[in-house]
Amino acid sequence: MELAAHESLPAVRKSRWQAFRIHMAHHKWLYLFLVPGFLYLFIFKYIPMAGIVIAFQDFSLVRGITGSQWVGFDNFDYLFQSRDFYKVLRNSIVLSVYQIVWGFPAPIVLALMLNEVRHMLFKRVSQTVLYLPHFISWVVLAGMVINFLSPSTGPVNAVIKSLGYEPIPFLLKPEYFRTILVSAEVWKGVGWGTIIYLAAMSSIDPTLYESARIDGAGRFRQIRHITLPGIAPTIVVLLILSVGNILDNGFEQVFLLYNPMTYDVADVFETFTYRIGLIDGRLSFAAAVGLFKAVVGFILIVAANRLARLFGKQIW
Amino acid sequence: MTSRVKRVKLELFDVVNYTLIVIACAIMLYPFVNVISVSFSSYAAYVENPLMIWPHDFDMSAYKEIMGHRVLWTSYRNTIIVTTVGVAVGILLYILTAYPLSKTVLKGRKILMVLVIFTMLFNGGLIPNFYLMRSLGLLDTYAALILPSLFSGFSLILMKSYFESIPEELEEAARIDGASDPYILFRIVVPLSKPIIATLCLFAAVGYWNNFFNGIVYIRSVDKWPLMLFLREIIEGASMKEIASGGNVAETGGEQVMKETLKYATLTIVMIPILLVYPFLQKYFVKGIMLGSVKG
Repeated sequence: MELAAHESLPAVRKSRWQAFRIHMAHHKWLYLFLVPGFLYLFIFKYIPMAGIVIAFQDFSLVRGITGSQWVGFDNFDYLFQSRDFYKVLRNSIVLSVYQIVWGFPAPIVLALMLNEVRHMLFKRVSQTVLYLPHFISWVVLAGMVINFLSPSTGPVNAVIKSLGYEPIPFLLKPEYFRTILVSAEVWKGVGWGTIIYLAAMSSIDPTLYESARIDGAGRFRQIRHITLPGIAPTIVVLLILSVGNILDNGFEQVFLLYNPMTYDVADVFETFTYRIGLIDGRLSFAAAVGLFKAVVGFILIVAANRLARLFGKQIW
Repeated sequence: MTSRVKRVKLELFDVVNYTLIVIACAIMLYPFVNVISVSFSSYAAYVENPLMIWPHDFDMSAYKEIMGHRVLWTSYRNTIIVTTVGVAVGILLYILTAYPLSKTVLKGRKILMVLVIFTMLFNGGLIPNFYLMRSLGLLDTYAALILPSLFSGFSLILMKSYFESIPEELEEAARIDGASDPYILFRIVVPLSKPIIATLCLFAAVGYWNNFFNGIVYIRSVDKWPLMLFLREIIEGASMKEIASGGNVAETGGEQVMKETLKYATLTIVMIPILLVYPFLQKYFVKGIMLGSVKG
């Protein structure tokens, strides 16, 4: 018995090896196709991940990673003691919360409105217009905002001046920064955000509306009792995911609208890392900030995904 | 009687709804209309009526001045090169990588997908990326504008989902006739995937056209500036002066007068390509994104 098993082992191994070779010969192209894409991911995504060791060094570009001195958690000790860090953390979260409070419901309301439009040409044209701001760069949008709010020539201040008041340099005032940024973000993203809800609405069974109409339900009641429950899972999943992204504010929008006078409320992780790292040249400290954000962000988004999947399963 | 009341109520709902949507559309369009109108107006007309939605006192002098700016042309050229190369190479990479990943016969498919998804959840951050580009000697090159945004897990998954939705039988027939994988991919699968390819081309093109981050981080010399760095220079150049003067209105010399309409003309020149191409591609990307979002 034992002997037989012993004897058959190389044969099994050989045939497995053969099967593998046949498989590879058969599908060699499939594996070759993968090479460039994964080579890219390795070089441009995974190597920088290894590069986070910079956060544990007293790193200098000249000496490189191999030549720089290791300092353990010194950069993090410094980070958690610096007042700037807590300011940046607070700004980041506050801006995201504003963004969720105003920017999250807006596309839902707009999608509900678009969903009630029966005139197909009107619907298509208005969707085209509403998606448009999504395709405009932040540099253009920030330029528009700067022009619009300019104290010397902007239309908003023209109105203020015509009423006999002093012009207000809005972008220099910390108290206006969050409102301006979040308004610009909502303007840019509200139309684009409707796409996913409209997709969810299009999969609602139309006979539900028919029977509701026969029962005498008006449009508002149809929205409340059929459309909203129909997209509730999508709403919950997207809300969880946007909470998972709470540390992400985006570099460009903040960088292009803030200035030293509004740093106190405007500075977020992306801009802070850029300034201390690439402008001030404190690379290790900046890498430590980046690593903190990446790790906390990773935990949040993985937890959010788990939670979203849980909800997805329960409701669907 | 009741039926009449009901019809009036229904119509009222529609009237209000249509009106609100028209207002929303107007809010979206107004800034574009205003910027383009001002760019074709004289400065005097702009000061008098900054909210205009139609050019007043038609004047092309802002365009004449900006067209004479050498950096406008070099940055325009740079952005066109970067966009063209980035989109072409990126799409080829998405097609090649997504195809095997859409096949269940592929060994290690699960692990490979985990490797892709992990890059969407975690990243090295700015400093290691900067150090990598520097070590590769790519600082201040076109490659630094193209490579960082060439290939994303998100788009790859959109394309993979699309490939998975193509019926297997279509490929099977060709395979029985002895067709190779490259033939099947490029002659059968790719032609069937036009909506998703158009969508990803549009996303990538807009991404490169609008990109500011790669330029500000990796580019030093003005000759290699992408368009967005030039636009920012024009806008900030004027507004920085305003900040320096504490937002003081009085110190507006002749140069500032010119700068104002100049900004509007530059904004127009920068966004015109997108405004022209966008309406034609719109029907594709809605289809593409819906297919992706339903599955992914």
